[in-house]
Amino acid sequence: MRVSTVGIVRTIVVAGAFVALEALCRFGIINRLTMIPPTEMVAALWQILASGKANADIAFTIVNTLTAIVLSIVVGFLVGAALHALPRVRRPFEPLLTAYYAIPVFVFYPLLIVAFGVGRTALIVMGAMFGVVAMVVNTLLGLDRVPPVVDKTASVLKLGAAQRLILVRLPAAAPHLVTGIKLAVAYSVIGIVAGEFILATAGIGKRIAFGYHDFDNRTMYGMLLLLLILVMVVNGALSLWEKRLHQRFGQQ
Amino acid sequence: MISTRFDSLLLAAAFIVVWQLLHLAVGADVVSSPAATLTRAAALLQNPNFWIDARSTGGAFAVASLIGIVGGVGLGLALGLRRFAGDVADPILNTVYSIPKITLYPIILLIFGLSLSAKITFGVIHGIFPIAIFTMNAVRNVAPVYRRTALALRLSPFATVTTVLAPAALPEIMSGIRVGIAVTLLGTLIAELFASSSGIGSALIRATEFHTVVDIFALTLLLFLFAALINAGVHRLERWVRHDG
Repeated sequence: MRVSTVGIVRTIVVAGAFVALEALCRFGIINRLTMIPPTEMVAALWQILASGKANADIAFTIVNTLTAIVLSIVVGFLVGAALHALPRVRRPFEPLLTAYYAIPVFVFYPLLIVAFGVGRTALIVMGAMFGVVAMVVNTLLGLDRVPPVVDKTASVLKLGAAQRLILVRLPAAAPHLVTGIKLAVAYSVIGIVAGEFILATAGIGKRIAFGYHDFDNRTMYGMLLLLLILVMVVNGALSLWEKRLHQRFGQQ
Repeated sequence: MISTRFDSLLLAAAFIVVWQLLHLAVGADVVSSPAATLTRAAALLQNPNFWIDARSTGGAFAVASLIGIVGGVGLGLALGLRRFAGDVADPILNTVYSIPKITLYPIILLIFGLSLSAKITFGVIHGIFPIAIFTMNAVRNVAPVYRRTALALRLSPFATVTTVLAPAALPEIMSGIRVGIAVTLLGTLIAELFASSSGIGSALIRATEFHTVVDIFALTLLLFLFAALINAGVHRLERWVRHDG
């Protein structure tokens, strides 16, 4: 009963925020050049999707982001596992890992363009550079929290190093790995969208930047809405998965 | 301890070797050599123009951090103390936190224009949510026995918060502040990169436009050291709070 009350109040709060924003825009308190009403954003997005004119851009961004995410996850897990196995290397690395996200990695994007040319590769590398460290950090965290008894069981079963990592430690560390995946997704999106804002041949970020420069608020807000919806859906799904894993393996 | 220091040196040496090899492999157009970068960084530190930029970034970062901490801790405390409000707000906060803020940058620019407030706002929207979330969870996770003790001692609500709940939740709040400060710096720098006429971020953009690779690397190196320093400082504070709290 209580849960449903919370849900209802939450829906009211969120809906209220949107209605308030809509009213502010409709009554001209927020200038049309600054923001268009949320309902118009939805209409603009619908128009863009129905006309199909942005399909190539959307596909471009999605494919690049997925590639960057897969790269971040695979490389991040392997590096994390390697660092975990080599504590002496890991210790001096630790401060680098924690400070990594405070520097805007995409200052290197222009250099990536010089190295790879304007196009997919530079963007994908950018996204992966952003996402990989979140995966490394969470892989380390996850492997740290593997209960010793699980490792002992692996020893009793005389598993090799690779088998132990994949069959025993990977599932035991799963909740933290999913957290890593969630963050890697978020950071890869940041890297790629930032790259598209700066310089790219196509992509959702490029459309948004173009809309911004041309005062084409319908395109800008329509594409922004699309990006936000995509990110929230993916993030929501991953959060749900994360919660399930945490429940299954306990919160330790 | 000595072996840790030795390992760090070894890692630094390995890092510089890899950097040098990368430089040799792809050329000075893409990666400047470690020696040239360090020389340039040292020169920058003596350049008054660099300090003008550094002060601009530092000022915006400090203000944004302050607003983020005060607002985040305030919001977190308010939501953490009210079970129902917290339950309502929790998923909303987490969703907003998970949005890549960079997507919101055009909106911030449209609202604030190319100004200092845009920079600060962008820093704040990065930092305030993690701090609020950590604080809220910290207050909620305070052992119930503490609250009951406060109740038994008939402490006023204000005294309960300041003498019981806040100290008990402080370590976790500090973790939130550490995360929040790091992303606030990122947000401030992003704002400067995309649209600003002053600050380290805009110095980086100028370096990019003139394609002075050595400047890009030197500035990034200095930024990284600054971020690492701040991070280490807050980390130490956090540890101190944990031991003494």
